[in-house]
Amino acid sequence: MEATTRPRAREAPRWQIKALVRDWQLYSLLVLPMLYFFTFKYVPMLGAVIAFKDYNIFEGIWASPWVGFETFREIFQMQGFYLALRNTFMLNLLDLIVSFPIPIVLAILLNELRIHWFKKGAQMVLYLPHFISWVIIGGMAIQLLATNTGIVNSVLKSMNMAPIPFLTEPLYWVFTYLGIGIWQSAGWGTIIYLAALTGINKELYEAADVDGASRLRKIWHITLPGIKPTIIILLIINIGHMASIGFDRPFVLSNPLVTDVSEVISTYVYKIGIQSARYTIATAIGLFQAVVGLIFLLSADYISRKVNDQGIW
Amino acid sequence: MTSEAHNARVSSRSAKILDGVIIALVAIASVLCLVPMLHIFALSLSGNSAIMAGKVTIIPLDIDLTAYRSVFGNAQMIRSLVFTIVLVALFTVISMAMTIMAAYPLTKKHLKGRDFFLFVIVVTMFFSGGMIPEYLLVKNLNLLDSIWALILPGAINAFYLLIIKTFFSSIPVELEESARMDGASSFRILIGVVLPLSLPVLATLSLFYAVGRWNGFMDALLYITDQNLYPLQLRLYEMVMNSQVNSMLEGLGTSPPVPESLKAASIMFATIPILLVYPWLQRYFVSGMMIGAVKG
Repeated sequence: MEATTRPRAREAPRWQIKALVRDWQLYSLLVLPMLYFFTFKYVPMLGAVIAFKDYNIFEGIWASPWVGFETFREIFQMQGFYLALRNTFMLNLLDLIVSFPIPIVLAILLNELRIHWFKKGAQMVLYLPHFISWVIIGGMAIQLLATNTGIVNSVLKSMNMAPIPFLTEPLYWVFTYLGIGIWQSAGWGTIIYLAALTGINKELYEAADVDGASRLRKIWHITLPGIKPTIIILLIINIGHMASIGFDRPFVLSNPLVTDVSEVISTYVYKIGIQSARYTIATAIGLFQAVVGLIFLLSADYISRKVNDQGIW
Repeated sequence: MTSEAHNARVSSRSAKILDGVIIALVAIASVLCLVPMLHIFALSLSGNSAIMAGKVTIIPLDIDLTAYRSVFGNAQMIRSLVFTIVLVALFTVISMAMTIMAAYPLTKKHLKGRDFFLFVIVVTMFFSGGMIPEYLLVKNLNLLDSIWALILPGAINAFYLLIIKTFFSSIPVELEESARMDGASSFRILIGVVLPLSLPVLATLSLFYAVGRWNGFMDALLYITDQNLYPLQLRLYEMVMNSQVNSMLEGLGTSPPVPESLKAASIMFATIPILLVYPWLQRYFVSGMMIGAVKG
C-alpha cells in the first residue's frame, strides 16, 4: 500500500494535504475507542504486575515492593488452587466428550426433516435456551432438581423411588452440570453445522440416489464427510479453550456441598480475590490461567494450520 | 410381482419409518427444551398447597396470581427492572457508537498506523488482565456502585468490532468515492452512506450487545453493592439462588424461605422481556452467526 500512495502523493502534493485532512477525521474517530482499549484492557494487563508484588492498597500498585515469583510459589502450595485447576480441566474435558457430538447429531436430524414448518418450529424452540441467562437457568435448575422441593424428585418419590441428589452430591452434580450445559447450548450449536450442510453439493445426493443408496448411507458417506472440516475446526477451537472456563455457569450451579468438584479457576479467583480481598494471590492465579490459556490457544491454532492450512481465527 | 417392485415397496416403508424416527427425535429434543420453562411458568401461576404437594408439572393448578402480584408490587424488583432497561439502552447506544467509531477508520487501507491499531485490538481477544486487576481499576476510577461500572469496562467487544469492520469493507468503494467527489467529509460519508447501507448488521450487533447486557451478571456481582443499582439478574440471584441454597442446606438460612411460586414468578418476570423480543432475536442472531462464521 506504501508503493501505491507514495508516487501519487509526489505527483500531487495538494492531494496529500487533502488526504491528511481526511485522515484527521478518521483519526479523531479512533481517539475514544483507543482510549477505551488502553484504559480498560491494557491498564489491567499492566495491573497484573501486582502478581509479582507485595501489593498494598495504601501504597498503590507501583510503590508496593517487588517480590518476584514468591506469590506463584505460594499458590503452587495451595490445595484449593490444584483443586480448581483440576476441576477446570475435568469439566471442560467432560463437556468436550459428552456435549460436543450432540449439536452434530441434532443438525443432521434437522437437515433430514422434510416438513418445513416443523423444522422451523423445532429450530425456534431449540435455540431458545441460548438466550436465557445463567442466573435464570440456575434458578430453574434448583426448582426442578432440588432434593426436597424439586418436581423431578417429587415425581420419583410418588413412584416410590429414592430421590436423586442432583445438585448436592458431587458425582450427580457433574452430570447435572453437563446436562444443563447441553440443554443450554446444543440447539444453538447446530447453526454452524446447518450452515456447513447447506454448502454440500446437491449433485452428490442425486448421484447417490441413482445408485440406490439408502438415506443412512447418504448421511454416512456424503453428509458427515461434508461437515467434517467444520467438526475438526470446532474441535480444535474447543481444545484451545480447555484451560479457560466461564464464570456464570459453574458459579450459579454450585453450592457449598459440591465445591470439591464445582470450584473452578474463575470462581476460585472470585472467592480469593473479591470475597477475601487477597488481591495478589488471586491476580497470580488469574495470570497463571491467562498464560496457560494462551499457550493452549496458540497450540490449537498451530495444529489447525497444520491440519487445515488455516488458522482458527 | 417382480422382486424389484417388492424391494422398492420395502425401501419406501423403511424410509417412512426413518422419517418417523427423525421427527420423533427432534420432537423429543424440542420438548426437553421447553418442559423446564413450562414447569416454572406453571409454578408461577399455581397455589402453594398444590406446589408443596408436588402436583404441579407443566399445567398450573389452583390458579393463583398472588406471586405475580407480589413481584409487581415489590418496589425493589420494579426498580431493578427500570434500572436494567436504562442500563441496557445506554450500554447499547454507547457500545454501538464506540464500535462503529473504531471499525470505520480501520476499513481504510491507506490509513497510517492501521495495522498497529488492529493489533492493539486483536491482542485483547486473547489476553486480559484478569478479574482482579479489572476490579482494582474500576475501584481506583471510583466507579464502584455506579452505572458506569456496568457500561464502560465492556463497552467494545473486539469480536463484534471485527464483524462490523468486515461488513463495512464489503460496501462497494465506488459508493464512498462518488460521495467524496461531491465533497463529502469522512464523517458525512460514514453517516450518510456507510451506516444506512449497514442497517441489518447494525441491528444484529445492537441485539448482541443488548442481550449480553440484559443477561450479564458477573460484573454486577463484583462492582455493585448498592441495592438501588442492582440489575435484574443480580436481584434475581440474591432472591432465588441465595435463598434456595440456604434452604437446601437447611438451617443455614437466616431469612424466611421464599415461596416456590414467588421464585418462579420472579424468574418469569426476568425472562418474559427476552421471550417478547425472541422472534426478532432468533432471526438476527442466526444471521449474525452466519456473518461471524463467514468471517472466521
